Amino acid sequence: MNRLPITKTPKCYVGGAFIRSESGRTYTLHGADGKFHSNIPACTRKDVRNAVEAAAKAGAAWAQRNAYNRGQILYRIAEMLEARKDELASAIALTDTDLKQAKREVEITLDRIIHYAGWTDKFQALLGSVNPVSSAHFNFTVTEPMGIIGILAPEQPSLLGLLSMILPAISAGNSVVALASESRPYPSILLGEILATSDLPGGVVNLLTGSRKDMLETFASHAQIRAVTAVANLHERTAIQSAAAECVKRVQFFSEEKPIDWESANQQGLYAIRSCLEFKTTWHPVGV
Amino acid sequence: MPAKRTPVRELLFGNLWEYDPAPETADPNIQSRYQLFINGSFRAPLTKKYFDSLSPRNAAKLSEIPIAGKSDVDLAYQAAEKAFSSWGKLPGKERGKYLYRIARLLQDRAREFAVAETLDGGKPIKEARDFDVPMAAAHFFYHAGWADKLEYVAPGRQVSPLGVIGQIIPWNFPLLMMAWKIAPALAMGNTVVIKPAETTSITALKFAQILLDAELPPGVVNIITGAGETGSLIVNHPTAAKIAFTGSTVVGKSIQRALAGSGKRLTLELGGKAANIIFEDAPIDQAVEGIINGIFFNQGHICCAGSRLLVQESIAKQVCQKLKQRLATLRTGDPLDKNTDIGAINSSEQLKRIEHLVQAGIDEGATIYQPACQLPKNGYYFPPTLFTDVSQSQRIAKEEIFGPVLSILTFRTPEEAIEKANNTPYGLSAGVWTDKGSRILKMSTELKAGVVWANTYNKFDPASPFGGYKESGFGREGGMQGLLDYATID
Repeated sequence: MNRLPITKTPKCYVGGAFIRSESGRTYTLHGADGKFHSNIPACTRKDVRNAVEAAAKAGAAWAQRNAYNRGQILYRIAEMLEARKDELASAIALTDTDLKQAKREVEITLDRIIHYAGWTDKFQALLGSVNPVSSAHFNFTVTEPMGIIGILAPEQPSLLGLLSMILPAISAGNSVVALASESRPYPSILLGEILATSDLPGGVVNLLTGSRKDMLETFASHAQIRAVTAVANLHERTAIQSAAAECVKRVQFFSEEKPIDWESANQQGLYAIRSCLEFKTTWHPVGV
Repeated sequence: MPAKRTPVRELLFGNLWEYDPAPETADPNIQSRYQLFINGSFRAPLTKKYFDSLSPRNAAKLSEIPIAGKSDVDLAYQAAEKAFSSWGKLPGKERGKYLYRIARLLQDRAREFAVAETLDGGKPIKEARDFDVPMAAAHFFYHAGWADKLEYVAPGRQVSPLGVIGQIIPWNFPLLMMAWKIAPALAMGNTVVIKPAETTSITALKFAQILLDAELPPGVVNIITGAGETGSLIVNHPTAAKIAFTGSTVVGKSIQRALAGSGKRLTLELGGKAANIIFEDAPIDQAVEGIINGIFFNQGHICCAGSRLLVQESIAKQVCQKLKQRLATLRTGDPLDKNTDIGAINSSEQLKRIEHLVQAGIDEGATIYQPACQLPKNGYYFPPTLFTDVSQSQRIAKEEIFGPVLSILTFRTPEEAIEKANNTPYGLSAGVWTDKGSRILKMSTELKAGVVWANTYNKFDPASPFGGYKESGFGREGGMQGLLDYATID
């Protein structure tokens, strides 16, 4: 007699805890073969606001961690992910069928995490500066995290796209509220479990699933979200920028209309981190 | 036993000796009527409309300024687009040489430009002469040197210009803001369509002659004038690859909204309500000078003005007393006079706004102090003003006044100072005065502001990036960081 396996109830990872949507709503995820897979939380505006609260709580301490420590924590995420890479590949292949390509996506994602683990204690020296002002002052520019960054991930690649957007933000010391791919949400559910078992403090990365249409406005207008990075179509970009203007929110878009090569090394690195930073310049007189 | 307090000694001359007027006499060379500067030549606006530019010094008419309409803005963008195809490909070292020429030609005519700036905008001649004009030249000189070194701005990546940049600048530092906008854009290989503020267009149009003298290729810089309507034509023009705006937060937000979905890049340098924080261990006399400079520089018409003074409670009385004494020695009056510290308010409109907010301060219960001073009969003037007994919820503590008005609040602990300083939607600048090095670094880290002046205030340099956090805008101007805001990175 065949044993009946235990299926998992997918939960979102918010504030270091696993939650179902506050609304109690779900939507059904089917595999590419059309078979029922699971009921995914259909998060709402309220969940976004709760996630922002969690991100705000965790943000200050994360920003103050030293850079070496942040690097080690990012490395730890890769260690946890490596151990579950087959499971992640299957989660990607669930909707995208090509298991070989799914494995490749997981491997590139892993390498990307390591890439950013090494950036946490280096970007400051490359992006900041000591400025040669023409008066008797010591003048220097340092980078600082923006605060909470809202992320609207692409529909696919569901894992690589999501993490390519999260990693520069947290490397820079920001906390994140991210909305995962609506049609391919399952890898983000596993990612939450992986983050929970890494040393990343709860609340630094908050992952939501559900309808983008329901939450987009809140991502754009919530004043505590200081920046939004989104893979978005023209209609969404217009809506986000209009609402973002209310609090002069920073926005960064990847146009959905243009194909994005997420596997390319151009989608990672110093300038992705730069777009998650503020510059602060301090002056002090030189004298005795 | 507490030390015996000796009263602060003060020399009181009353009005025994009056200052003689010491007006600057260099000829500002202002034409009775200006034209738009498009594609390397001066041309009448197709609207055929002009408006009078008044001097805030005496409300007298200085010149007539053209109003650019849609067809004029179209022509300017066409010229800039055409110029971009060659300017963007010109070797960096050649572009740099044009910028060096501009810097030099501006230095040559510095005095003339300073007088024109003072007449047009109302700022004291000593500031126009010693700050605005030399700093504008310095910005061109600094960015000239970048033009052939762009590969070092983003190591490991290829930077390229964006195209045509639409730029809109405010009336508080007309020539300097123009230099801040044009110099980095050109160094990177972009071309520009720029609009000075309605009340201060004269030095921008005078500057056009310098561009001609420098033989800058036609269309690289196009200067068009007009009011908000012309500005919105610049913002909404399809040719613009980026809009760079300096001005009020209200207008900045409307530009961000207007650009939604356009794909245009945007940088905003908006308003502020900076906290200037004085700890009890600060060198008090220097701090008082810093407070004065922080709020009264350019009549307080500056987005980074230290308009909220936060004084540690233990020294609040002493600081207030010293401030009042210092205020008595400030000379408010004819901006053309070399002895003048506080010149004319830029426009009657701005004067009304200052008067309105000061009245709100009085109505909401703050205590006003203004020194006795005689203001000129004609023109727009406002005496230096202090408010004590200010609470955080009052309008004078929250809203940008953009005038010579200081609100004084107190704090007990560094934590309270940080909390109060950051309790604003703005985040452009802040000041910290203390003798303790570790405290400076801690405060600088905690203050949510793009520029922190420690034991100094209102310092600027082309090499020093300037720009805000939060609702004070995004993007930087100056330094390597500012340059990159005019480039794409591949």
